[in-house]
Order: sequence, then structure tokens, then C-alpha cells
Amino acid sequence: MAKYIIKRILLAIMSIIIVSAITFFVMELIPGGPFNKEKAASPEVIKALNEKYNLDKPVVQQYVIYMKNLLHGDWGVSLKTGRPIWPDISSRFAVSAKLGGFAMLFATILGIIFGAVAALTRNRWPDRLIVFFTTLGTAMPSFVLATLLLLVFCIQLAVVPVWNSANPNYVLPVIALAVYPMAYVTRLTKTSMLDALNQDYIRTAKAKGVPRAKVIFVHALRNGLIPVVTYLGPQVAYILTGSMVVESIFTIGGLGSAFVTSITNRDYTTIMAVTIFLAILMVIANLLTDIAYKIIDPRITFN
Amino acid sequence: MAMENADYKKRQFLSSQIDLSKFNKEDFRKATDEEKQQQDVMGESTTFFKDGMRRLRKNPLAMGSIIVLLLIIVAIIVAPMICPYGYAQILTVDGRRDKGATNLAPMEYSDMEIKYMERTGENLFPHLFGTDSMGRDYFIRVIYGTRVSLSVGVVAAIMVLIIGLVYGSVAGYFGGTIDLVMMRIVDVIYSLPDMLIIILLSVVLNERLVPIIKGTPLAKLGGNMISMFVVFGLLYWVGMARLIRGQILTIKNNEYVLAARSIGTKNRKILTRHILPNCLSVIIITTALQVPSAIFTESYLSFLGLGVNAPLTSLGSLANNARGGMMTYPSRLVIPAIVITLIVLALNLLGDGLRDAFDSKLK
Repeated sequence: MAKYIIKRILLAIMSIIIVSAITFFVMELIPGGPFNKEKAASPEVIKALNEKYNLDKPVVQQYVIYMKNLLHGDWGVSLKTGRPIWPDISSRFAVSAKLGGFAMLFATILGIIFGAVAALTRNRWPDRLIVFFTTLGTAMPSFVLATLLLLVFCIQLAVVPVWNSANPNYVLPVIALAVYPMAYVTRLTKTSMLDALNQDYIRTAKAKGVPRAKVIFVHALRNGLIPVVTYLGPQVAYILTGSMVVESIFTIGGLGSAFVTSITNRDYTTIMAVTIFLAILMVIANLLTDIAYKIIDPRITFN
Repeated sequence: MAMENADYKKRQFLSSQIDLSKFNKEDFRKATDEEKQQQDVMGESTTFFKDGMRRLRKNPLAMGSIIVLLLIIVAIIVAPMICPYGYAQILTVDGRRDKGATNLAPMEYSDMEIKYMERTGENLFPHLFGTDSMGRDYFIRVIYGTRVSLSVGVVAAIMVLIIGLVYGSVAGYFGGTIDLVMMRIVDVIYSLPDMLIIILLSVVLNERLVPIIKGTPLAKLGGNMISMFVVFGLLYWVGMARLIRGQILTIKNNEYVLAARSIGTKNRKILTRHILPNCLSVIIITTALQVPSAIFTESYLSFLGLGVNAPLTSLGSLANNARGGMMTYPSRLVIPAIVITLIVLALNLLGDGLRDAFDSKLK
């Protein structure tokens, strides 16, 4: 067990290093330097600036310096605003985390409920209804759903106020973000629940006269939930990337929309910082998922 | 041969000899042709493919999806031949720019077009989906957008298939250290956040690629699309590689592989002749399901503004461009949204249908 966890942590650290290296070196490929502006600065000024930001050193050394700074909490400065990036990331991440957290909570809980209902009413109308909507949910890109929700509920019907930071209303963005993972969790729960319901121990429990509710919740659902746990890591990744689109559509000032703006502005240092930040989050989420999975189901071996 | 002689009755105790007295001559008559036919296997013999197709045909959802997809494919092939407008063409009437033809509602004509039609009595081709803010026919743009989105999906799926197939089969077949090293690489790639790297590479490669591909046909697609393909080639094959490796690990332990090896068949031939055909169904199904996921990714990137270069368009970038005028011209957003949902839905249902028809184990 300890060996597994150590192996997994090492893999995670390696992933973070690789992602940060890819990010860093890929950024080096961009033609032109950060101080190439329309108003050309004098060579002395550029030289001084390059020295200040260590841009005169070899790339590998620059990477080491960047990583060292990163570990000390220095994420660099934005090329557009000139302000340090980290305070911006952390404050915006608070908004995104709230949005994403709600969405994950919704997606997982509702997904499990719908999946269990579908499995228990297999081939009857509740199952068919749920299958219909989950199929639709996985076929609809989040930006389509988000814009349609905005169009219908905010503008045509005006039942939900349009987002503003003073009076945030998370309902529509959370729905837009949660539908896809919810549909996925529903499908997962349904399949594994059906699988569990066919097992011998369920028949034994029924034969012993265990109440139906107990059979369903204690015996079937608990074992049916194991695959759902494995999806939690990828779900974090989906929600983090999905929030870029949803936040830009609902004009929520979270990390996702900041990332999109920095892409359109070609603000390379911010792109780099946000990429590394999100990548670390995703890798940690995957690490925790794998470890949790191993604890829940000790039969799983590393690879 | 029921010869009624008494000898048989005097057989020894515990003899296993058959007591022929129980039979009569009728029982030993030769079978007639009619009776022989009854022994034949009912129904024609069927191949794996035929059997799967039969099951697929019984699945109404999968058949419906095939019809929808065929209709879409016919539409994107035929429509540009019928529709007189170009996807990048700003509408003109009689050779003069039609300034009133912007933001038309579906099926609406601009004032200039109406006057022209009254004057000449000629019927102009209607703007089925209206026009966009630059005065381009929206129907033909949706058609071209669908073309781009679908081809991106198919090309990406084929790329994933080829790389994953080669990598997975080599790792699975040779096993040992080769497998270990190759699978560790897969593990690391698998743990990278792919969407982020796609975005990152799209941003950066675009700057680099544009000067390189200038003048080639690729320039029309734009650096973003090329970088998306690069990323698909670099990252997305790992799932396929894992799957194929797993399949091969189970198949290579079969006796027929051992037999082939013992008569000295070359590795390459064992792989291509004996092993790969046996995991064909899994490969086809996974590739079919890869197409919608690539279309999803493409539309997502286009929506972030990292899609195909203007004036070419894809369904995602159409939806993205329509966002600005969402409240006044919702149809421009809704149409590409519906098309994209329809395509992905049909492909998903078809993939599920294929899975049910060809490989019930995968469920």
C-alpha cells in the first residue's frame, strides 16, 4: 500500500515537472520577446530589462529559476497589466472553486441518484427517460448548453438575473457546468449498479430476507459506487476546463475566463502561470482519486 | 436386420450386446433425401461481420443515427453544388455589393434582392438560414462549418487509431522491458491535463506554424487546426494504445498464436494476420467513439477562439461568432448548436450500437 502511494506520488511529481517544462519550453518557441513593442526601446534598456528578468541566461537555467520562484510563490508578472499574477490567480480561483465545487457536488449526487433509479427501473419508463436525457447531455457541448440557458432563462423568460459580482447567482452556471459530468456519473452508476445487482451476494441477501431497501443501499449501491470514485479525478479536470467556457459566457470573473482573456490577449506569462496552476490541481486530483480508489478497493494493483 | 433367431435371447448375463429383438427392419432403412435435409443446419452460415450487421440492423437508434449521418453527409456534399453562394462570399446583387443583406432573418430577401427579382422576374436562391453580420449566406457557412468539423473528427480519429495501434501492438506483443518502458511513458502522458496542453500548444504553435505553412493548402485551415492535430497525435492516442495492448495480451496466449510461432512465422505476420484481426471489433468501436470526442474538442477550441482561420469556419466558431448578437439573432447560435449536437448524438448512438452488435463483452 505504502509502496503504491509512493509510486503514485512520484508519478504525480513527474507529471507536474513535465507539464511545467512543456509549458515553459513551448513558450520559448514564441517569436519575439516580451519587450518588443511598437515603440522600440533603446538596446540598453532592453538589455537591462533582459538582465532584470534573467532573459539573457540559457533557457534551461531560466526554467530552473522560474521553478524556484514558483516554489517560493512568485508566479511572475502579467505582460499586459504588469502586476504580479499570483494575487490575481488566487482571488479568481476562489470564484471558480465555488462554481466548480457546486457543480461537482450536483453532478455526483444527482448522477448517483439518477443512475441508481435507472438501474432499479431497468427498461421501464424512468430508466428510458434518464437514458434519453443522459445521452442528450453527453452530446451537447457545454458552450451550447450555457448559451441556451442564458438565452432562455436570463433573457427570454428573465426568471434568473444576469450574473453580476455584487449579487452572484450561481444557478445557471452550475447547471451548465454540471450536466455533462452528471450524465457521465449516471451512466457509470447505472452500469456498475446493474452489475452489482446480478452478483451472488445480492441473491443471498435477498434469500436471507434482508429488507429490499437495505439490499439496494447497503449491498448494491455501495459496491456500485466504486467506479464512480475513479471518475472524480477526470471530473475535476473536466470542470476546470469546462469552466473556461461557462465563465466566459456568463461573464463570471473566475480563473477560467481569466485564462480565456489571457489567450485572446496573448498574455504569455499569465497563460503559463494559469496552465501550470491548473495542471497541478488536476494532477493532485488524479493522485487523490487513485489513492482513494486503492483504499476503497484493495484488489486494484498499480497498473 | 431383425432376424428373429432365438440365439440372441440366450446371450450372456451382463452382456453389452444390443438386444436386436427390440428393433424391426424399418429402423435400419436408409435415410431418404428429405430426411437428410432435416439434419442440415437451419439457415445460412453467417460470418462475424454479417452477424454483427444483422444485430445492428435490429437496433432502431443505431439505424436512425446512420440515416441522420448519411443525410448530413449528403447535405454537405450536395449543398455547395446547388447553393449559388460561397462561404466567404459577401452577397452582391447584379455585381454590386448588397449592403442591406446583412443580418437577414431565415428565408428573408434584402430590399435590393427584392427589387432585382421584380425587375428581372428571376428567382434568387433563398437565404435558408438568413445572413450574418457581414452579409454572407449563413446556410452555406453552416454547411462548410459542418464539413470542417466532421473532417476534423474523422482525421483526428484516424490519427489516434494509427498511432495507438502501432504503439499498443508493439508494447503488447513484445512484452517484457519494452512493454514496461512504453507503458510508463503512456502513464505519464495519460496523467497530463490534455485540454490545457492543447490550448497551450494551439496558442504557441499558431505563432510558429503560420510562417511555415504559408502558401501551402494547409494555410487555409490555419495554424490552430494543425496544432490541434499535432496535439491529437502527441496525446490522444494513449487511450487507444492501452486498449489495444490489453487486447493483444489476452489474444497472444491463444493456441493458434503458439502454433503459428512454432512453425516459424515472423513476428510481423503473427501480429497482422493472427492477432490484429481478432481485436478488430474493439478497434472499430473505439475509433467510432473517438470521432465525436474530437469534434467536441474542436468545437471547444473554436469557441475559445483557437479554431480554424477566418473566413473558413467550423460549427464551434460559428457558435462563437454568433454569441455577440445572441439576443437579437438567436437563430445564428441555435442552428450550429443543433447541428453539432445532432452529429455528436448520432455518432455516439452509432458507436454504442456498434458496440452492442459486434462486441457484447465491452458493455
